[in-house]
Amino acid sequence: MANKRIDEPTGVETVGHEWDGIEELNNPLPRWWVITTYLTIIFAIGYMVVYPAIPMLHSGTQGVWKWSSRGQLEAELKAAKDAKAETLAAIGATPIEQIAANKDLMEKAVAGGKAAFRQNCVQCHGSGAAGSIGYPNLKDEDWLWGGNIKEIHQTLTYGIRQPGVAETRTSLMPSFGKDGILNPGQVNDVANYVLSLSGKAPASASVQAGAAIFAANCVACHGPDAKGLRQFGAPNLTDAVWLYGDKKEQVVGSITNAHAGVMPAWGGRLDPVTIKMLALYVHSLGGGEDFAEAPNTPAAADNGNAKP
Amino acid sequence: MLSPEQVKQPTSLYEKRKAVFPKAVDGRFRRFKWLVMAFTLGVYYITPWLRWNRGPYAPNQAVLVDLAHRRFYMFGIEIWPHEFYFVAGLLIMAGIGLFLITSAVGRAWCGYACPQTVWTDLFQHVDRLIDGDRNAQLRLEAAPWGPHKLFKRGLKWSIYLFISFWTGGAWIMYFADAPSLTRDFWSGNAAGVAYATVGVLTATTFLLGGFMREQVCIYMCPWPRIQTAMLDEKSLIVTYKDWRGEPRGSVKKAEKNPGGVGDCVDCNQCVNVCPTGYDIRNGPDIRCITCALCIDACDSVMAQVGRPRGLIDYATLEDCKSEREGGEARPISKALFHTRTLIYTGVWAAIGAALLFALGARTRIDIAVQKDRNPPYTLQSSGEVRNDYTVKLRNMETRPRPMEVTIDGLPGGRMWTDDMPREQAARSIKVLVEPDRVDPLRVYVVAPSGTTEQHFKFVLRASDAEGGGDVSEVRFDAPGEGEE
Repeated sequence: MANKRIDEPTGVETVGHEWDGIEELNNPLPRWWVITTYLTIIFAIGYMVVYPAIPMLHSGTQGVWKWSSRGQLEAELKAAKDAKAETLAAIGATPIEQIAANKDLMEKAVAGGKAAFRQNCVQCHGSGAAGSIGYPNLKDEDWLWGGNIKEIHQTLTYGIRQPGVAETRTSLMPSFGKDGILNPGQVNDVANYVLSLSGKAPASASVQAGAAIFAANCVACHGPDAKGLRQFGAPNLTDAVWLYGDKKEQVVGSITNAHAGVMPAWGGRLDPVTIKMLALYVHSLGGGEDFAEAPNTPAAADNGNAKP
Repeated sequence: MLSPEQVKQPTSLYEKRKAVFPKAVDGRFRRFKWLVMAFTLGVYYITPWLRWNRGPYAPNQAVLVDLAHRRFYMFGIEIWPHEFYFVAGLLIMAGIGLFLITSAVGRAWCGYACPQTVWTDLFQHVDRLIDGDRNAQLRLEAAPWGPHKLFKRGLKWSIYLFISFWTGGAWIMYFADAPSLTRDFWSGNAAGVAYATVGVLTATTFLLGGFMREQVCIYMCPWPRIQTAMLDEKSLIVTYKDWRGEPRGSVKKAEKNPGGVGDCVDCNQCVNVCPTGYDIRNGPDIRCITCALCIDACDSVMAQVGRPRGLIDYATLEDCKSEREGGEARPISKALFHTRTLIYTGVWAAIGAALLFALGARTRIDIAVQKDRNPPYTLQSSGEVRNDYTVKLRNMETRPRPMEVTIDGLPGGRMWTDDMPREQAARSIKVLVEPDRVDPLRVYVVAPSGTTEQHFKFVLRASDAEGGGDVSEVRFDAPGEGEE
């Protein structure tokens, strides 16, 4: 087949193949090019020796460096964990109310808290921490059990209404309707009264009757002004935030069948540093209260409502 | 058709490099090459050591590619990553500049300014310094290995290595503060990548400049191939004027036979000085990098034998045609201006002007706002509606700048940040933005109960003498009808 001939202008032999009139000169390769080819072959042999390369019956050759993608992932994960260790130790060693003063540490703690929140808290509080009916919105400045960093930390560590946890946040609102303490008419009056406090129900005889019933039954926890009491986690009934809904039937429902929301005591489930970071994250969402300004006293309950 | 006996059959599938030992030459183009070499090497080695005062908040190196901090400094200009189009523009200008040069004066880049050419030239001078000129080099190459040859080769290669090392060493100076990097480098404290870069560049310079030389141009570089497409019959190339030179003959032969012999005395000087070992008398070829050293060699021979210079000279193919037919030689300056060079010049200048305009008009502060969308809003206990934003304030000056962010629109709206108590929320907040930084700011905006969904603007103003500002329009979410 090969039809070698000498190309006249260059005086070089052709390789003897022709493609639609195009022929190729049989010029010798430059020697450096050939050397480079041999070097790549040597490299490939070395590569096959040190890295996994040849498939065998069950697995493959391991290579003398024992490299594997799983091993690399483990090394990377370990490196990432080691890189965090120092920061986590610093967070653990710093009292929680002082972390905010260290801006860099605070940023890292909030980021860590955000990650932990995504794993542990979003199921109830939502991925944006905005909560829903029955699950508090953590972004607002309305706090049931207190909104300064220590109070949030306390709530997170010991949970709410956790049996067997001595320091858990606990209180019990009677089911006024179900237990027959108030009859349905009275429940309706109280509902009208508390809604009227934030302008959600017009003044009426029912509201006036409700005020009297409220004074007799509710002030122990919700306070005479109905602004709540954090000691019992009793919500402020005069503001715009309604954990169980602000519709008339929702309020009637709450009085008839009292709610007793629960939250796990994270102290037994997460390590102390993670809980600290979670508390800092929740505190940083825009509604956190200043630790110095809001000492842990029930009287401070309505200070939290100070408007900007 | 040639008979097979006339042809040297390839005896091997590969061919050893035919070593080139270019002879030293002097002349106008050689002196110009000296100048270009001094200039390019000078720029390369000195630039990183130039200082430029930018105040206390920025490095004082005149030209610095600060990859770690994503900044590019060039004298009075500082480029941020989002302004990379300036660099892209410069690269496009460099590309079109090469087109322009090629279109006008052929492979001038290859012949004078290409690093491969400059360093090869430098290494060839080292050859002459150690081994002597062409003939001595040839003798030494042919000589058997012995103490003398070993010593000379060892010395020469050490000098190659020294030059190569400094080539790599100068390169890294563009990427960090040169004096402190030098100190770190020698005390072993520089980053691993610095040593690796110097190592790689030392190796490539040593190999490509010391040994591969013209093979890089002939076999490896794509540029000669691209240039072939950009040259036309109006481009200046180094040409042997065969109509004047042929038939070749010695001076004696010419005396015996006046009129029967051309100007070329077949002295082979043009081949001896060629850094790629090409014989220009065979016509244009990819091996000719148009360094014009053969012109110098031929001119000096022509002067010795008393004939006019320019047997080998820069000429365009068009000129060659007219000269061959007896026309006058056109001055080189006239060959520089033709349609293509003018178009390239125009495009090149237009891009340059556009870049300069963009540079003059660019803003030095910026505001970018990202709204939290989960949740879209938060109801405060007072009934007020809160929206949260991440506001990024960019200060491109190398000094701290006081700035003021104001809400434009959103009646009754006020804001506060993480750095201030909620109680001090206001329509406008003052921030001191760090120099050369983007400061992210968490901003909480509240509007009175009953506010509906709407858009408003964050207005940024610099409160210092220089002034300037920026605006960002954002959305404010609120509870819809029936929800409240």
